[in-house]
Amino acid sequence: MTSLTLPPTGLLFENIDKRFGGLFALRRVSLEISPGECVVLAGRNGSGKTTLLRVAARIVRPTAGKLSFPGASAEASGNGRPGYVAHSTMVYDELSAEENLVLFAKLQDVPQPAARAEELLREVGLYDRRASLVRTFSRGMRQRIAIARALVHRPSVLLFDEPATGLDPLGISWLAKALGEINRAGCTVVMSLHGESEISALATRAVQLDAGSVVADTKSGASLHSILTFGGA
Amino acid sequence: MAKRIILGAVAVLLVIAAAYGSFYIAPEERTMGVVQRIFYFHVGSAWAGMDAFFLCFIGNLLYVWRRDQKYDWLSVASAEVGLALMTVVLITGPIWAKPAWGIYWTWDARLTSTFVLWLLYVSYLLLRSLVEEPDRRALLSALFGIFAFLDVPLVYFSIRWWRTQHPAPVIMGGPGSGLDPTMSKVFFFSVLAMHVLMAFLIVERYSLEKMKSEVDILQREAEAQ
Amino acid sequence: MSLLSNTATLLGKELRTEFRSRELLTTTVVFILVVLILFSFAISPTTEESREFGPGLLWLAILFAASLMLQPCFLREQTNDTLSSLRLAVSDPFAIFLAKLIANTLFLLVTEILMLPLFAVFYNIPILPQLHYLLLVLFLGSLGISIAGTALSAISAQARMRELLLPLLLLPLLTPILVVSATVSVSLLDREPVVLWKGIGFLAVFDLIFLTALWLFGEYLLEE
Repeated sequence: MTSLTLPPTGLLFENIDKRFGGLFALRRVSLEISPGECVVLAGRNGSGKTTLLRVAARIVRPTAGKLSFPGASAEASGNGRPGYVAHSTMVYDELSAEENLVLFAKLQDVPQPAARAEELLREVGLYDRRASLVRTFSRGMRQRIAIARALVHRPSVLLFDEPATGLDPLGISWLAKALGEINRAGCTVVMSLHGESEISALATRAVQLDAGSVVADTKSGASLHSILTFGGA
Repeated sequence: MAKRIILGAVAVLLVIAAAYGSFYIAPEERTMGVVQRIFYFHVGSAWAGMDAFFLCFIGNLLYVWRRDQKYDWLSVASAEVGLALMTVVLITGPIWAKPAWGIYWTWDARLTSTFVLWLLYVSYLLLRSLVEEPDRRALLSALFGIFAFLDVPLVYFSIRWWRTQHPAPVIMGGPGSGLDPTMSKVFFFSVLAMHVLMAFLIVERYSLEKMKSEVDILQREAEAQ
Repeated sequence: MSLLSNTATLLGKELRTEFRSRELLTTTVVFILVVLILFSFAISPTTEESREFGPGLLWLAILFAASLMLQPCFLREQTNDTLSSLRLAVSDPFAIFLAKLIANTLFLLVTEILMLPLFAVFYNIPILPQLHYLLLVLFLGSLGISIAGTALSAISAQARMRELLLPLLLLPLLTPILVVSATVSVSLLDREPVVLWKGIGFLAVFDLIFLTALWLFGEYLLEE
């Protein structure tokens, strides 16, 4: 989908702790993700998946530990930061699809913001609605504008929190295809998921979290199926 | 624990001694009579209150820098004690003003600034009560506390300047009113007494906050099971 | 310079959003108008009294209106969590604050300028002779209100009872602005106008102090 001109980038979590008022959401999480992997984070609600992704996105500051992106290029647009998609679209309802993308392109010093916005809108199939306010979009379309926003600066790491939420089977198929293309183009993908689906089938690796700690990893031999059904631990 | 009890005992003794001093040792003031004696506690509380707020400011800065909970405990403790002391100032002011001027409140510069300061720290405590998550509460109130303290000199100078445009009676003597040597001694002793009282109250409130925080953590852990 | 370009981009967004709906501007204008009218019903000033009380009442109305107008500032970034995407996108988080406080100052100034003729008419105060100084005071005062208001709005957006909390945090903090702006304005609109430069200088100092504080501590206001 998006042609990458950036060096492949991985993620390195070293002993990450995140405490919210005395309770640990993440407890000594150490994880090394190699460039180009497609990793699924699985686990019950409250196991720390969203927090780990938000720490990776640098929206949440860890209480302890270190996060780094081996291979990241400092000269890249958007300071080599990962792309992040969550349940909220993180775009402005009162602006049009095009205006939103141009805004985020300009903020991240993406060259030729208008052209980049057009390119993305075509790729996610929203070009016809480029002048419509995001407020008028359906759930599936909101998902797509959110993805477009995350990809504006051509990140080499994409973080996705529960991508399939609220999508119908068609939407899930489209998303699986899109994520597959993104990963094949060299972007490292880390996403949190529940259960098995077309999307989980893309995974090259799965990690299970429970109560803020890593309890199973396909890299260490656990089975993908058992992790996705929370039986890995 | 023993140290805290000793501090408390010393504080109480000093305050009683200061009270004795202001009523029996200090000479009666020429123009204002007995009511003027309230000055020793009024000003002593004001200075101690300001120092408590300064301590709160230091706690705020240290929390933002270090993120150690104990600085948050220090901040809330000193803010509450400072507020209590300032309440004493705001009550003793009118008590003096009524017999001296016939009215309770004259919008004099220092008292008015104290009132705004009082409102600011009430807001500080109000903010704290409206944020549930402890780390968030500590950070947000620390940041507001910093802004509030930076405002303090601005409030004071703006009201003093405003007062030069609209002069009014000054409560407790303007700058340059001299103090008889005995009065001076009683005065500084009162200031000392109020400061020791302030320190004792802050230590107690700090320990209380520490315990509350520990109980809160235990509660959250229990709920999480 | 990334900070300046980010600020300009975000400022464009703030202005575009507002001019599309104009909801902040219209509600603020109407609010100040209503407050000024209610004041004159409550006090029924004579012409002389108007001159003395009018400017103070105008500033009071501006302060109340501002404490309402500033509430959506960071609340609207919570609807779709756009605060997170902004934080991810900008190189310096101060750009977010700078853009918002410039926008808020502009909104306040626009409403004040719209209100001035009505104020002059209702309170029988000629404003034209000292208009340039009046505008200077309005600018410096509104800037101070915006700087403090934008910062505090980021704080109150994260607490409960945020609609009530912002005025409670903001109004005591802005006492110096009210006191000084009102005094300078009264003096400007007096029968024998005097420009109180000390007051004007004070407003500039207030603005500088809080802008610096916001610059130093802004990123912590947005932290999670």
